Amino acid sequence: MERTANLLRGRGRRIKVLVAKLGLDGHDRGAKVVARALRDAGMEVIYTGIRQTPEQVVSAALQEDVDVIGVSILSGAHLNLMKRLIDLLKKEGADDIPVFLGGTIPIPDIPKLKEIGIKEVFLPGTHLNLIRDYILGVVGERKEH
Amino acid sequence: MNIYKLFDDAKRGSKRSLGRLLSILESPSNESFRLLKEFVKHGGKSHVIGITGIPGSGKSTLISKMISAMRRKGYSIAIVAIDPTSPYSQGALLGDRLRMQEHSTDPKVFIRSVSTRGVKGGLSLAALSMIEAFDAVGYDKIIVESVGVGQADIDIMNTAHTLLVITMPGVGDEIQALKAGIMEIGDVYVLNKSDKPEAAKTFEYLKFALETGELEIKHGWTPRIVKTSAIMGMGIDQVVSIIDEHYNYIRENSIFMDKLRDRRLFMLKLLVESLFLDNLDDMYRSGEIEELFKANDYYTSSIKIIELLLKKIRKIDNS
Repeated sequence: MERTANLLRGRGRRIKVLVAKLGLDGHDRGAKVVARALRDAGMEVIYTGIRQTPEQVVSAALQEDVDVIGVSILSGAHLNLMKRLIDLLKKEGADDIPVFLGGTIPIPDIPKLKEIGIKEVFLPGTHLNLIRDYILGVVGERKEH
Repeated sequence: MNIYKLFDDAKRGSKRSLGRLLSILESPSNESFRLLKEFVKHGGKSHVIGITGIPGSGKSTLISKMISAMRRKGYSIAIVAIDPTSPYSQGALLGDRLRMQEHSTDPKVFIRSVSTRGVKGGLSLAALSMIEAFDAVGYDKIIVESVGVGQADIDIMNTAHTLLVITMPGVGDEIQALKAGIMEIGDVYVLNKSDKPEAAKTFEYLKFALETGELEIKHGWTPRIVKTSAIMGMGIDQVVSIIDEHYNYIRENSIFMDKLRDRRLFMLKLLVESLFLDNLDDMYRSGEIEELFKANDYYTSSIKIIELLLKKIRKIDNS
């Protein structure tokens, strides 16, 4: 497990994850728990704090050159915010960075989110190992290209 | 991906390209060596500011306020934020950026987090390479933030042109400050959180330490002490103007170029160490060394290993 995280980024490099909260939403317990779990899985996690704009998150992702972006939203504004996030990534030519979403997302919205370009949606109660394995898989796939 | 194109794009202000370049520099490789060669040609102009101090003294918050003040003066700023790696999982939670996120979308500010990774010299090498990159791309000021613990940390901080040591009120007595070993290296001492009680006492102690020569005078520059409260925005302009003053001082006294030379020489040392140690680790892991040691004594094994290492390192193509 630890070895895999290491190998994917070559010697001395680890999977780098950006964990972000978008919009007017101050509830970041979930984001912090996921950040902590990913750190414990041997990844480098950058947490950008609450109430971020999509612009701030995309800019941070580019500067940190992350392998994957994880967003947490509990405010209900996920469709608008994620659309803007993906549009910005496209504008920067960085839409190859996989984006996943967690939070209180109504199930009927999930297909819409995937259509926008969100790779995966994790609902409340998701096992942390599942998120970890998902990242290992998706980053591994990207590196092979 | 063409590294020279990345470099060109980075010079033109592409954050994505610069972000990628920095990743390439994280460990020695063909590409990283080629890039460094290019950087040395273009760089050597940026002012490197080191910021160190005990955990919790408010370094990141202070830097964020300093960025605002420096941006008003028109400088472009790059930040290398160093955070520790967990010794258990080898993972890291890089949180310094969080306090500076308000500057994330400023086109003239670039923030990059680095983890210590627990590799000997690995931190310093990655951080120093990043300084070279920011320098070559043309940032006016490069701020390096670190926790100020351990020799590797002191070493890298010593390569900064201007060094700020951040402390706060009520963190133990003078003995604690001296034990930390960082009280001898600063050009500017910042007493942050000085809105707190005990600030006056700690300030008096610092002043006393300066007057009695406990705080060292380096290259003819008498260290300065400033009271700040980053969270209240107090004293920030004063810190920034003292940094400018120090910059002018080292420019006039050719200390600037001496520091640059020292920094590059130090980086060369770290590169050599890294090349040897990384390959040595690989040889241990592959069992190569065990085989060798079965047939030879200590001395012969050592020489053979060094020869093998050299062969492996030569494979890195530096054309």
